[in-house]
Amino acid sequence: MKHRIKRSLMPFGALLPTWLAVVLVYIGAMVWTLRLSFTNSRIFPTDHYVGFAQYEKLLSSSKWMAAAGNLVVFGVLYIAGCLVIGFLLAAALDRQVRFESLFRTIFLYPYAMSFVVTGLIWQWLMNPLLGVQASVQAWGWSGFSFDLLSSRELAIYGVVIAGVWQGAGLVMVMMLAGMRGIDTEQWRAARIDGIPVWRTYVSVVLPQLGPALAAVSTILTMGVIKTYDLVVAITNGGPGTATEVPAKFIMDNLFQRQNLGLATAAAVMLLMSVLIVVAPFRFVSSMRARRKAGVL
Amino acid sequence: MQSAVSVKDLKIAYGSTVVLQNINLEIAPREFLVLLGASGCGKSTLLNAIAGLTDIADGEVWIEGRNVTWAEPKDRGIGMVFQSYALYPRMSVRKNLGFGLRVAGLPKAEIAARANRAAEMLHLTPLLDRRPAELSGGQRQRVAIGRALVRQVDVFLFDEPLSNLDAKLRNELRVEIKKLHQDLGNTMIYVTHDQVEAMTLADRIAIMKDGVIQQLAAPAEIYHRPANLFVAGFIGAPAMNFIEGQIVARGAGHAFVAGGLDLDLAGYQGAPLPGPATLGFRPEHLMPEAGGGPAIEGTVSVVEPMGADTVVWFSHEGQSHSLRLMGDTGLRPRDPLRAGIDITRANLFGADGTRL
Repeated sequence: MKHRIKRSLMPFGALLPTWLAVVLVYIGAMVWTLRLSFTNSRIFPTDHYVGFAQYEKLLSSSKWMAAAGNLVVFGVLYIAGCLVIGFLLAAALDRQVRFESLFRTIFLYPYAMSFVVTGLIWQWLMNPLLGVQASVQAWGWSGFSFDLLSSRELAIYGVVIAGVWQGAGLVMVMMLAGMRGIDTEQWRAARIDGIPVWRTYVSVVLPQLGPALAAVSTILTMGVIKTYDLVVAITNGGPGTATEVPAKFIMDNLFQRQNLGLATAAAVMLLMSVLIVVAPFRFVSSMRARRKAGVL
Repeated sequence: MQSAVSVKDLKIAYGSTVVLQNINLEIAPREFLVLLGASGCGKSTLLNAIAGLTDIADGEVWIEGRNVTWAEPKDRGIGMVFQSYALYPRMSVRKNLGFGLRVAGLPKAEIAARANRAAEMLHLTPLLDRRPAELSGGQRQRVAIGRALVRQVDVFLFDEPLSNLDAKLRNELRVEIKKLHQDLGNTMIYVTHDQVEAMTLADRIAIMKDGVIQQLAAPAEIYHRPANLFVAGFIGAPAMNFIEGQIVARGAGHAFVAGGLDLDLAGYQGAPLPGPATLGFRPEHLMPEAGGGPAIEGTVSVVEPMGADTVVWFSHEGQSHSLRLMGDTGLRPRDPLRAGIDITRANLFGADGTRL
């Protein structure tokens, strides 16, 4: 009996440092942030509680609202773009093309780059004086315009393009792995049934990629919420607040505007929005897992 | 009469590796043809070529009087059943049955009617709204057969459809396939490595080895008069017994001589020629306690009672042979045995392996 207790203590002991780190660093930081968001801290934390004043200020800030709106636009287009283009790339490589591994490497390569590098590359590409627009105009199509970043309405789409360029490769790799797991006899059966290739991908292959799709969507969603360096490198939030995003708003208020209270309130808002989005999914999947296990 | 399926001078090669060459097959309407062989003999490749799933290097495939060599699989008038069932996993049984028809643009009522009829024939009606994952292996394979059925085609192709099932289900479904063939009267081409399936289902069996059809004949013919040593050894369990020896001319006829065995070949069904030869005889064609006739003598080594019959293994001049007896036997290991050979049912193979 004593021996068994000792045995069960061992893994606990091994996990203790990690647990301490989780509790102190993650949860501790979260609680600390939550506390600061109710104070009027400026450059240093204070103990002067002001209730929800920082939140009221936040919600009446046009910059924050613009950032939140941009996050939604960017998030939807970025995830949809990555999924669609990644799936198309995977389907293209799945057709047993030559030099498949070479193409796979090329398509995945952008994902290996930091957002800052991606941002800089696309800033140059979309620069009207030296990028794509200048090249195409030099070839003779003088009316060609590819100048997203200087327009208030279009700049966010420029950021989306850069983001999709980087993220689609990851989707492709995950989808391709999923496609390779599909029994080849299903393809042969579909050919006998006379189902066109595109239809087989949509109706037979895609529904079987559920787990891969869920995994890659989670990764992309986390990327969206963290989006900071990409925007800083391409547009630095501009023109105006056209590409402002919440993470950048938080960083600006933390380190440049010396407004800890507002920054932490914004961080808490961001966390809440993540919870609101993620919680239902987690709930559904845990319910499904329980039902599978026969508990319900 | 026009053939339902005919394969003419078919050649299939992957790069420079020739898998099949000079394959000719004429399959009559309503015939059940089984392609039988060990794995890698080219039988599945041949089936895929008929289905249009494999590119062929040379030759032609005709189905129902049409040259379909270059036609898409869906335009060949075939239905196919696969070893892994190949059902669409995220669709219900009903959708699996109807998907091809829906894509082909058939009216909804027609699709539903066909799916219901197929489900009824295959006893799938209560399962129509289930997903493949919620079905047993046998049920899944019935759905796969149903998917071929709703296409209302004349030719069914089966690619080892029972290999993924356990022995009991395999037997059940085998009988169902045979019944289905009797009810529908379709032409069926069936690939298997299981000789029991081949023997029980086939009107004719094509035994293949290394991309060559060794013998194409009715099961009884293949069993009793195998065209060569390979076929003789492949069909039958336990396998046919072989004794190597010489055929010598004796008087007006011939005799087979091997060690102490001397067999007069007067009753042999075939044309023996003098020279080296192999004598083959099936375990059930040996008669223990033979009277004065030709017989081989040996010592019992193992007795395998199987219920309905018993297989007795004995050694004769250093070689192991088997003998099948109906019911039980009093023989025990190390008992002496004298087994008579029925020359009218024996087979002789020449030096090149073909039957004499």
